[in-house]
Amino acid sequence: MRKIKYSEALSEGLIQAMERDPNIFVTGISVDYSVGAFGSTTEAVRRFPTRVFDAPAMENALTGIAIGAAAMGKRPIVYHPRCDFLFLAFDQMINLAAKWKYMYANQAGSMPLVVRAVVGKGWGQGATHSQSFHSILAHFPGMHVVLPATPADAKGLLMSATQTDCPVVIIEHRALYNIEGDVPEEAYTTPIGKANVIREGKDITIVATSFMVQEALVAATELAKQGVDAEIIDIRSIRPLDEETVLNSLQKTGHILAVDTSWEMCGFSSEIAALAAEKGYYHLKSPARRMSVANCPAPVSLPLETAFYPKASNIAKTVLAMLGKNGDMSNIDQDDNFKGPY
Amino acid sequence: MYSERENLSRKLYQEILRLRLCEETLVKLYREQEMRTPTHFGTGQEAIAVGVCQALNLEDVVYSHHRCHNHYLAKGGDFYALTAELYGREDGCSKGRGGSVHLTARDKGFVISSAILTQTMAVATGSALAFKMDNSKNVAVSFFGDAACEEGACYESLNYASVHKLPVLFVCENNLYSTESPLNTRQAPGTSLCERAAAFKVPGEVIDGNNVFGIYDAIESLLPKIRAGGGPFFLECMTYRWREHVGPNFDFDVADRSYRTEAEQRDWMENKCPLKYAERVLLEKGIATESEILGWQQGYQAEINDMVVRAKESAWPNVSTLFANIY
Repeated sequence: MRKIKYSEALSEGLIQAMERDPNIFVTGISVDYSVGAFGSTTEAVRRFPTRVFDAPAMENALTGIAIGAAAMGKRPIVYHPRCDFLFLAFDQMINLAAKWKYMYANQAGSMPLVVRAVVGKGWGQGATHSQSFHSILAHFPGMHVVLPATPADAKGLLMSATQTDCPVVIIEHRALYNIEGDVPEEAYTTPIGKANVIREGKDITIVATSFMVQEALVAATELAKQGVDAEIIDIRSIRPLDEETVLNSLQKTGHILAVDTSWEMCGFSSEIAALAAEKGYYHLKSPARRMSVANCPAPVSLPLETAFYPKASNIAKTVLAMLGKNGDMSNIDQDDNFKGPY
Repeated sequence: MYSERENLSRKLYQEILRLRLCEETLVKLYREQEMRTPTHFGTGQEAIAVGVCQALNLEDVVYSHHRCHNHYLAKGGDFYALTAELYGREDGCSKGRGGSVHLTARDKGFVISSAILTQTMAVATGSALAFKMDNSKNVAVSFFGDAACEEGACYESLNYASVHKLPVLFVCENNLYSTESPLNTRQAPGTSLCERAAAFKVPGEVIDGNNVFGIYDAIESLLPKIRAGGGPFFLECMTYRWREHVGPNFDFDVADRSYRTEAEQRDWMENKCPLKYAERVLLEKGIATESEILGWQQGYQAEINDMVVRAKESAWPNVSTLFANIY
């Protein structure tokens, strides 16, 4: 199959969605710049110049504006170059969009709002340009929260989001934008709420989000050389959460490690641990484990930043420890080829 | 027998009367403690909702805030569905899921009301964006209070509407109080909200919010310009909140509540009442008689009473529907 980059897959999905539905428009900071949302809107602005337009820095009202347009039948896609700015949009997203269908008992129409937010990583992005808010957003009933980890799902989940009648937040990861993968050329949707067993295995279940799926795949390749066959679940959507796929895998392997791009405290990895404890307890041969970024704000300085992020080696070492095995995993990490500044 | 203008005046009065009777009926019922929803009564502020909504078309859309009953009713929302909503019944406009502050009458162009200040200023601006993108002549109206102008999203919305020349009418109901905070604790002396709007190149005007005829005329002259692509307008309507921020009482009947004086309140209620003013105009101009007005009053009250009885008797939501309409 044809291989393209994550950013190209986002772009292709967007164009096919906009061809399909004239009510879709895209707005947010930088969407009509020459770099076009890190390349993901460059082609769309060329093809649909009146439907892809910049916005002032006004995340709160801009989200409300998207809601008001959606209420009139539009399908707005609001883009945020950095996820961290979503805090300024949370009132409109959580207090209104997420509750729209329920609070007005489906009498005020549907709320097909799509919010795209990019998580930064590395090159000293620092404490306020590197956070991923998927767990916070998934806390609230009424919204879907998805995290595409592959080019194929970047396209498929974006196309799904533009055909869903409730708000969908797409958490994209800057470190994924340049990775390549198989992507079908035709239009297709990836179902929201269905996890993907991206690597089958029998010894341990690794449930990962976003960029950590890629790190887990690297770890699994090295673990296989040590005789450990890891199953990796790319969760893809955390609300709705595909509990069945996680529990089926746990039943098979008896061990579970949740690896996330955001903190453990009240976070997605804790949700998986709770799921294992509540509904998979009798499958567990060892305690469920969590792994995520260090429990501090993201630092800038290179050695500190390097220590902050878990990598394939950390995953592999933890897996070996959980299975009572030994092995040297210190040299498996990929080079971080992300060049700055943004 | 009456001119078009006289019939319009009669209609404007009738609408204020109807809204007043609706709201004051709800005030009485609220004391029975059977409406379990925090309610912000709009008594005394009816002229703004009526003057604006009577000038709009069905296709124009209206958004409101926590004190929303007047706007909902003035745009055509059903009083039975409002009452049932306050009683938490399945027949409520939001099927008992929303309560007093979350109303909708979508088919009448009352899209939603919301309890969070300034939220719907942005949402109305977005509907205006959709109208502009579709080359439609519809107008979006946002009703909000003076305290909404202390939220940042107010200025984001004004700026955006101005930059894109959107067909949105910002109607500020300045009732002088935000919960129990008077203007002078919230805005610098000499503050003019229209000047703030003007800073974003949004033209504005201050108007008597208790004169329904003046409001209607102002809106009627503004709408063609807005529909023609002239961009947003900021109308500041000076009015007064009769009852406490939330709940059915007059502040002067509540012990130890001293943020405004009884004399000030009585002056507004007795000398600047929008209903009394409109009634006086009709009688002085001879376009209605006292007995005619009494007849209207009795007619509306009978309809209201009937709807209240039906709402009280209507069914509760089935608990099995607790999870309906989440996505």
